[in-house]
Amino acid sequence: MIRMTGIRKEYRMGDNIVAALDGVDIHIRPQEFVSIIGPSGSGKSTLMNIIGCLDMADEGVYLFDGQEISDYSEDELAAIRNKKIGFVFQQFNLLPKLTARENVELPLVYQGMSAWKRRKRSEEVLERVGLLDRMGHKPTELSGGQQQRVAIARALAANPSLILADEPTGNLDSKTGAEVMRLFHELHEAGNTIVLITHDAGIAAQTPRAIHIHDGRVLEPAGEGEVVI
Amino acid sequence: MQTISMAFKAIWGNKARSFLTMLGVIIGVISVTVLVAIGQGTTASVTESISSMGTNLLTVNIQTRRVGFGGRNNRSGGGKGTVILRLDEILALEEDETIDAVSPTVSGSLTVKAGNTNTSASVMGVLPAYQHIINQGVQAGRYIIDADVENRSAVCVIGTELAQTLFGNTNVVGNSVHVNGRKFRIVGVLESKGTSMSGSSDNTIVIPFTLAQRMLESTSITSFYLSAVDSASVDAAQTAVERFLYKKYQNESTYSVMNQTQMLETISETTGTMSLMLGGIAGISLLVGGIGIMNIMLVSVTERTREIGIRKAIGAKRSNILMQFLIEAVVISGLGGVIGLAGGYGLMRVLEQFLDMPLEMSMGVAQLAIGFSMGVGVIFGLYPADKASKLKPIDALHYS
Repeated sequence: MIRMTGIRKEYRMGDNIVAALDGVDIHIRPQEFVSIIGPSGSGKSTLMNIIGCLDMADEGVYLFDGQEISDYSEDELAAIRNKKIGFVFQQFNLLPKLTARENVELPLVYQGMSAWKRRKRSEEVLERVGLLDRMGHKPTELSGGQQQRVAIARALAANPSLILADEPTGNLDSKTGAEVMRLFHELHEAGNTIVLITHDAGIAAQTPRAIHIHDGRVLEPAGEGEVVI
Repeated sequence: MQTISMAFKAIWGNKARSFLTMLGVIIGVISVTVLVAIGQGTTASVTESISSMGTNLLTVNIQTRRVGFGGRNNRSGGGKGTVILRLDEILALEEDETIDAVSPTVSGSLTVKAGNTNTSASVMGVLPAYQHIINQGVQAGRYIIDADVENRSAVCVIGTELAQTLFGNTNVVGNSVHVNGRKFRIVGVLESKGTSMSGSSDNTIVIPFTLAQRMLESTSITSFYLSAVDSASVDAAQTAVERFLYKKYQNESTYSVMNQTQMLETISETTGTMSLMLGGIAGISLLVGGIGIMNIMLVSVTERTREIGIRKAIGAKRSNILMQFLIEAVVISGLGGVIGLAGGYGLMRVLEQFLDMPLEMSMGVAQLAIGFSMGVGVIFGLYPADKASKLKPIDALHYS
């Protein structure tokens, strides 16, 4: 699913050039549930941006779903994000003026799907996260946990190859956080590939495999024997 | 489709601001439609009042010509070196078989007073034939007659509007007014003709020519009206008058003879320029409205940076974002245009009462106003929309 070799990303801070990622090699297989864990400043956000095709690496090879992501135009990246990646963010990032259903339909709108198909699909995924009865509500009328479930439904809507979650429990209390994590496990069991980015070792421990990142490098393999350097 | 409903939602979600943004366009469209309608209405009513004078009419104007720098005792324009046109000379024109009647006119703006009411009105000295030449008789009393002219009688025929101003009604035959301190008996009330190019003919007071000449201190005739026997003879009559004037003045630039067709052309040229100017001013206000739209759209882009980031993250292409903001700008300006048209229509109905002039909203102007305001939306929406579409998804996502 994901194969990264020698990924490097640099930022200019004043006169200094800082390498946020300094030669990262990662391999994630289809249907895996992996967490990427590291403290703030470790480069995990940069890594997530590259995995999520929100940004491109300066050096190295990134194969996503068999496709090499390099020299893509902004619109081509947008198309990949739209069809193949479902994002779940720490701040939920729902559009406040749209209802839960309209939020879920948004990626499908950009695919040019017909209104009738969108309706059907949004109902399917909202049922999957257990919020079918709240679909007419605006995000402000929902609790944090419900908002995050709407965001997960939105991530699922386009039936993507990868679900990329950035600190999905970071803004939730531990109880609702646990509920959200349970939902991720269910999705994993249903065959979805999930990459979860976190700084919380407790969360990382719940995933079958954790990739540790520190100062822009992958530290050690974790989980079940898959060699990650 | 989706983008359009999204645009409406965004506009509806921010009603007060959207309306204020539209206001510029609304005012622009109102002013375009109303000003153009007033221009057209004026043209129509002027045209009507000219045609009501009949197609047989010829108007002659003479520039008082002075040789050299004029004489010292030249205050009446009748001094040395000036060719004086006398009454009997122009009356002789009536001998021509194509000319029906001739009347010299002399006019000036003088103070008219009745009781304690003072006003300034156009005083015209005419011959009895004038009423037939311009098709304006009396609705009460009588017109100026030959005896009045011969005796320089202090009698007058008064316009309806002037009568209203001075007496509060038009039933004024037998009353008297003071013109420049001289007492005049009102013998008749003019038919109402409405507003014309040289002010309202209802705001005039008509007195015998000979008396007017004396009061206005003019010895030479500077303008006269004549009517041809029928509309087919207008050209022949014009030629006859021009021949006469050329013989008299030996200089074509001294006088002008205009028939009604020429008069209409001159007037429509003037009113056309006026309409264009009014339309131009209104167009500028539309432009200002467009700048207002751009301003608000730029603010909106900044405010919605995060929204743009989210949309881009989940797969919106540049063109999607561009269209979203562009359509929003066009919907705002188009909606403003429609509201402006409705407002303009309403304002016209109100103004009709005050201006006493029928105002029509022309289809062409309505289409132009809507088209122009939407064009303004496109032009001034393009820059903010482009700016929005160029935001990078990661930067926009982390904007707070």
